[in-house]
Amino acid sequence: MSAREEILGRVRAALADGPEVPTAAVPRRTPDGSVDVVTLFCERVADYRASVERCSAAELPERLRAAVAGERVVVPTDLDLDVPGSVVDDALSTDVLSAAELDALDAVVTRARLGIAETGTIVLDHGPGQGRRAITLVPDHHVCVVDASQVVADVPDAFDALDASRPLTWISGPSATSDIELDRVEGVHGPRHLHVIVVT
Amino acid sequence: MSATFVGMPAFPTAARAALADTQLRHNLTHATHTIRDKRARVVAELPEWEELRTAGAATKDRALLTLDEQLVRLEESLTSRGAVVHWARDADEACRIVADVAQAHGVDEVVKVKSMATQEIGLNEALAAEGIAAWETDLAELIVQLGDDLPSHILVPAIHRNRAEIREIFRRRMAASGRPAPDDLTDDPGELANAARLHLREKFLRARVGVSGANFAVAETGTLVVVESEGNGRMCLTLPEVLISVVGIEKVVPTWRDLDVLLRLLPRSSTGERMNPYTSMWHGVTPGDGPQEVHVVLLDNGRSHALADQVGRQALRCIRCSACLNVCPVYERVGGHAYGSVYPGPIGAILNPLLKGVGSDPQVDSLPYASSLCGACYEVCPVKIDIPSVLVDLRAQVVDAHRDRRVPKPEAVSMRAAAWTLSDSRRLARAERISGRAGRWLTRLAGLPGPGRRWTSARDLPAPPRESFRAWWLRTRRRGSRS
Amino acid sequence: MMDGMRVALMVTCVNDVLFPRTGRAVVDLLTRLGVEVDFPEAQTCCGQPMVNTGYLDEAVPVVRTFVSAFEGYDAVVTPSGSCAGSARHQHRMVAERSGDAGLVAAVSEIGPRVYELSEFLVDVLGLTDVGAYFPHRVTYHPTCHSLRLLGVGDRPRRLLEAVRGLTLVDLPEAEECCGFGGTFAMKNADVSVAMGADKARHVRETDAEVLVAGDNSCLMHIGGMLSRQRAGVRVMHLAEVLASTEAAA
Repeated sequence: MSAREEILGRVRAALADGPEVPTAAVPRRTPDGSVDVVTLFCERVADYRASVERCSAAELPERLRAAVAGERVVVPTDLDLDVPGSVVDDALSTDVLSAAELDALDAVVTRARLGIAETGTIVLDHGPGQGRRAITLVPDHHVCVVDASQVVADVPDAFDALDASRPLTWISGPSATSDIELDRVEGVHGPRHLHVIVVT
Repeated sequence: MSATFVGMPAFPTAARAALADTQLRHNLTHATHTIRDKRARVVAELPEWEELRTAGAATKDRALLTLDEQLVRLEESLTSRGAVVHWARDADEACRIVADVAQAHGVDEVVKVKSMATQEIGLNEALAAEGIAAWETDLAELIVQLGDDLPSHILVPAIHRNRAEIREIFRRRMAASGRPAPDDLTDDPGELANAARLHLREKFLRARVGVSGANFAVAETGTLVVVESEGNGRMCLTLPEVLISVVGIEKVVPTWRDLDVLLRLLPRSSTGERMNPYTSMWHGVTPGDGPQEVHVVLLDNGRSHALADQVGRQALRCIRCSACLNVCPVYERVGGHAYGSVYPGPIGAILNPLLKGVGSDPQVDSLPYASSLCGACYEVCPVKIDIPSVLVDLRAQVVDAHRDRRVPKPEAVSMRAAAWTLSDSRRLARAERISGRAGRWLTRLAGLPGPGRRWTSARDLPAPPRESFRAWWLRTRRRGSRS
Repeated sequence: MMDGMRVALMVTCVNDVLFPRTGRAVVDLLTRLGVEVDFPEAQTCCGQPMVNTGYLDEAVPVVRTFVSAFEGYDAVVTPSGSCAGSARHQHRMVAERSGDAGLVAAVSEIGPRVYELSEFLVDVLGLTDVGAYFPHRVTYHPTCHSLRLLGVGDRPRRLLEAVRGLTLVDLPEAEECCGFGGTFAMKNADVSVAMGADKARHVRETDAEVLVAGDNSCLMHIGGMLSRQRAGVRVMHLAEVLASTEAAA
């Protein structure tokens, strides 16, 4: 008998007592109208010791230039923002950047799919303006531009909006560890500096 | 890693040794209290927490109680997204599958995401036997691996080490497996984390094969989920050409939407954060992004045995958050090694006997007794595993497994005697009278081998009263009560 | 609500044999509050020592004895959170093991009518001030089964706060287990003592003269450690504090 058939057989035998399958409502909180989700999002991102700033669309080019001043920057090929001097990564081209080449760069600028206020999380679905997963991982500085309209209140709202068929990367602050005496330290393998610019 | 849990003594013996390790006691007290406070703060932020726990338990139960259907569906979803699905009955079969894939690519090393399943099956040792080095990339796993040590906590396997010890391990051992620790390394946690970053980066950049587990596997979509903090997981999941994920069959959830409740429960329970730094979700092969060859090994290794246990099957809901370890007063004092398994603490005390079966290994049989049944674990469990009830049920299974002994254990003899006395109040009253001073009778009730000595080695006994309550009542109060 | 209510005292085996003064205190207290309490002489033990050690078959006749002693009463009051927990949460498992549907029905009937003392006083009698007088500095340990299995919450504290003359001081890490755990105290004596040592240290930190709890088994363990340390703190069951009056003092 194949391992597959044997395991499925064992599982069926284990459930031969016909247990009743439970149901339970998944709670959703009624949004608190007094809380501005964009403000909460900025506070919660900052709690992770990420850099957060808010600006207008008109101010964005200058803010971006300042955020990556003096750094060697990579951007995804379809980023709709102007980052002078940046290297372009095209996931589907033949001369895609190697991991070592990415490691030689300092920063990456992307957009995000959405932001979650409650948890201070940005979610990338690696669609337009976000690039393949490696470019937001290997460089040490990730500058992420989030439009205020992309900020949702809570995790359930994020699941409403996200596409299950896409690869997703949820990012809550810079890389961190609590492995030494359970004290949190920011900065291990992922970007040690996360900079979120919220455009309002 | 040559250290092994094989041949560990039963819990009381291992615990005695651990209790005498003052450094361990100090490290554990500090770490468990730190994480308890953090968890309590972020859990208190959610007024819907108790409803979330109920929903989390129901979500996992829905998967477990229809597990055969979910596994077939998961296999279809994964295959349709370009993954190769393997099935492994036990640890040896799973290790063989991983080794074969690695060897097919001619590699002599793999990089690993922290994974309980691969620790459980002893994958690193199996790969080493085939000449393949498995590099642990989680900071705590790295500390354990470099220190030739054993993990002692589910989330933070090096919780038993403090910063000074970690510095020593890095200074002595890093050079043997790659980039040495900086000469001027101090015990500052930030510097220690940076030393790990530098040491592992060259391994991430050159690795061709990555090995992971998964926190969740979604039957509906074939999504695998890895929840992590450091970014080592993302490195292993995206940079290599080949990815092999070893996934316990209990990790399956029916629908993608089920991740909502679980991702609201796990980080707050585990690291005491609103959300962990990184969560990766992927489905088989993503063209142009990450590994273009993806294998998933579905692992049984005792899980179907646990599923057959009608009381104990709830243990398979476990999402490996470690909250039960962090609040456990027994774990806090003895640490993880005393449990003799990669799964320590309250969840380990039920999961190991459920996976391995009781009645044959005294070490496994000792685990259900490694608890005062205080219930703190149940209170914090995000998927409401009633650990105390499962412990009590497993104790009964241990006793039942030894019922046919030709010579019963002294404990069994005294329990039978106690039950005989306590089944009839007249026998109890007679026993109280015979023992003269009633208190002496109680030591016979407890009747375990050497109970008096075990009690009095550190505790005084109360002075036994001259008259039992029953005798007092009969002497002073009896008036037409039923008897 | 009390009119015609038949109330039984379940004294527990540990109190019967080792701490009869606690049983007597419950009788005094309830009598003072106008409750006529009966002591069904058929009672022995709730069976918890067997159940929690894994001896379910052995627990079956003990649970039968429990049923025969207490069926027919409107309320069963016990000065033990742990034994109340056993009756409410474990007897069904034992009864199911017996395969006797009648026993299952009987324990399901009695279980919900078993009250730990503070529950009976606060929920059934509707009292927090029981007219006690106890002029001492006291700290309170909420035993695990009262706290987590029964969920007695702040009832014992409310009762203590209403005692005249009593100064109640907070116990650090109060909700952490003392390490007694029934046969755990013997089977894992080293861990049990390590837990008890920390509990005793926290008790001493309060400068209390008396440690109060709702379970004498836990108090026997903590008190045994405090006594061995010659710590100058005595342990006392909640019932005995609540039974104390100015006249008696």
